Amino acid sequence: MNKILYFDNHSTTPCDPRVVEAMVPYLSEVYGNAASSSHQFGWDAREAVEQARIQIAALIGAQEKEIIFTSGATESNNLAIKGVANYFARNKGKVGHIITPVTEHKAVLDSCHALERDGWEVTWLEVDKDGLISLESLKDALREDTAVVSVMYANNEIGVIQPIAQIGAIVKAFRTEHKTGTLFHCDAVQALGRVPIDVRASNIDLLSISGHKMYGPKGIGALFVRRGRPRIRLEALIDGGGHERGMRSGTLPVHQIVGLGKAAELAKEDVDTGAIEKVRALRNRLWDGLKANLDELYINGSWEHRLPNNLNVSFAYVEGEAMMMAIKTIACSSGSACTSASLEPSYVLRALGVDVELAHTSIRFGLGRFNTEEEVDWAINLIVGKVLQLRDMSPLYEMVKAGIDLKSIEWDAH
Amino acid sequence: MAYSDKLVKHFENPQNVGTISADPNNKEVGTGLVGAPACGDVMKLQLKITDDGIIEDAKFKTFGCGSAIASSSLVTEMVKGRSIDEAMAISNREIAQELELPPVKIHCSVLAEDAIKAAIKDYQKKNQAE
Repeated sequence: MNKILYFDNHSTTPCDPRVVEAMVPYLSEVYGNAASSSHQFGWDAREAVEQARIQIAALIGAQEKEIIFTSGATESNNLAIKGVANYFARNKGKVGHIITPVTEHKAVLDSCHALERDGWEVTWLEVDKDGLISLESLKDALREDTAVVSVMYANNEIGVIQPIAQIGAIVKAFRTEHKTGTLFHCDAVQALGRVPIDVRASNIDLLSISGHKMYGPKGIGALFVRRGRPRIRLEALIDGGGHERGMRSGTLPVHQIVGLGKAAELAKEDVDTGAIEKVRALRNRLWDGLKANLDELYINGSWEHRLPNNLNVSFAYVEGEAMMMAIKTIACSSGSACTSASLEPSYVLRALGVDVELAHTSIRFGLGRFNTEEEVDWAINLIVGKVLQLRDMSPLYEMVKAGIDLKSIEWDAH
Repeated sequence: MAYSDKLVKHFENPQNVGTISADPNNKEVGTGLVGAPACGDVMKLQLKITDDGIIEDAKFKTFGCGSAIASSSLVTEMVKGRSIDEAMAISNREIAQELELPPVKIHCSVLAEDAIKAAIKDYQKKNQAE
């Protein structure tokens, strides 16, 4: 195989050719402004946008009026958290409280940090060794001034799926019992098109969507904002022409929206038709092939509560960046410090209590719609060979095989 | 990260990988073990040194990123045939320059320099005790 395999589908996904095909006419033929309500060009654009809204709503069991277009999930997460918080603060004349796990995406963590600087209190929920939050600690953390609970559907590094329906039920019960406005926001970008999502059944109030994580274009996302009671009020982050019911101004990028709509339709098909099970089979084939040939491999996070396309595994005694260089014909990523600008190993793995030594050796594979069995078999062969080579070069592997306990050695930390 | 061709060459074809002597009491061989698993890099460098103080052979094993492995490979080549004093004078800057290490990887060259010094110290300690 003389090409680079793409096993990094948590990072981004290729645009599906059917998505590209759907988008193209909206660049040069149907180029109207969807806000131009007085002529045909505007009407055609508006129709395409509304069609996309229907497709996206269908993916999550929502109504089309509940979909707000944004530039991507980073903006959606910012809008959900800061939008709710800022409205809360303005309405009540005081800041409140937020709950979120420590393993969230940076777009959520940093939105919460920004609010902390404004005086908001944040309860950072710990996770267990599987990467799951404790529902009890969520219940304990809820307060009358809790404006929003933000929990991701599935983690971008380890693919661990949180008990979303139970979280939704807890938040709703608390809100009802204590007559608060507490809302449940869920960053679902990794889970869309991989697991069935139903915002009603899970009592989700706000849900972030990204185009490029589900074979759509980059630069487009959406936020589901539940309609009905209690009414959700968001303070806009971007002011302007009052688009998207005043929650997100800016001329709608019609071609991007059409692409997101088509991507959502295809994502729903993947889940509904069981096509996603093919991806799960590829992921399992990769894991089975690796563990059949290598010892001392450690899965990071729950295997049971995991996205079908995720494999996050530590190859003990082989540093992650060296591993990625050795298997450079496979695009993947690592939680090793050496691959990050901060030189700190993955905060997600650390939150699970993964030993820092093992965190340095972690590799994340994200399988996708366009991977094949042939690719997986080729990858297994390459990875096994390179791990054996690198372990042969690893003084740690040599020491462990000689019966030395690495923890008994006084290392000079530098 | 984009690395220099020299670095990639050393990483892909590392020179002098292995162990000269598994016996820690072997007086002809000095062993340096530096770094820490928690920091993501550990280098083991062994130097075989003649009675005249000339480094005859060098072998390494390294757990670490591509730059750490390449730095180790490079130093095994650099030290061979040098005297103890010459080897002690090798600075991390030489290693970093040779491999064109990016700034965030300078610590790999520091570790490689430390490994040389630790191996020579081990050799000297074992031979002093006589």
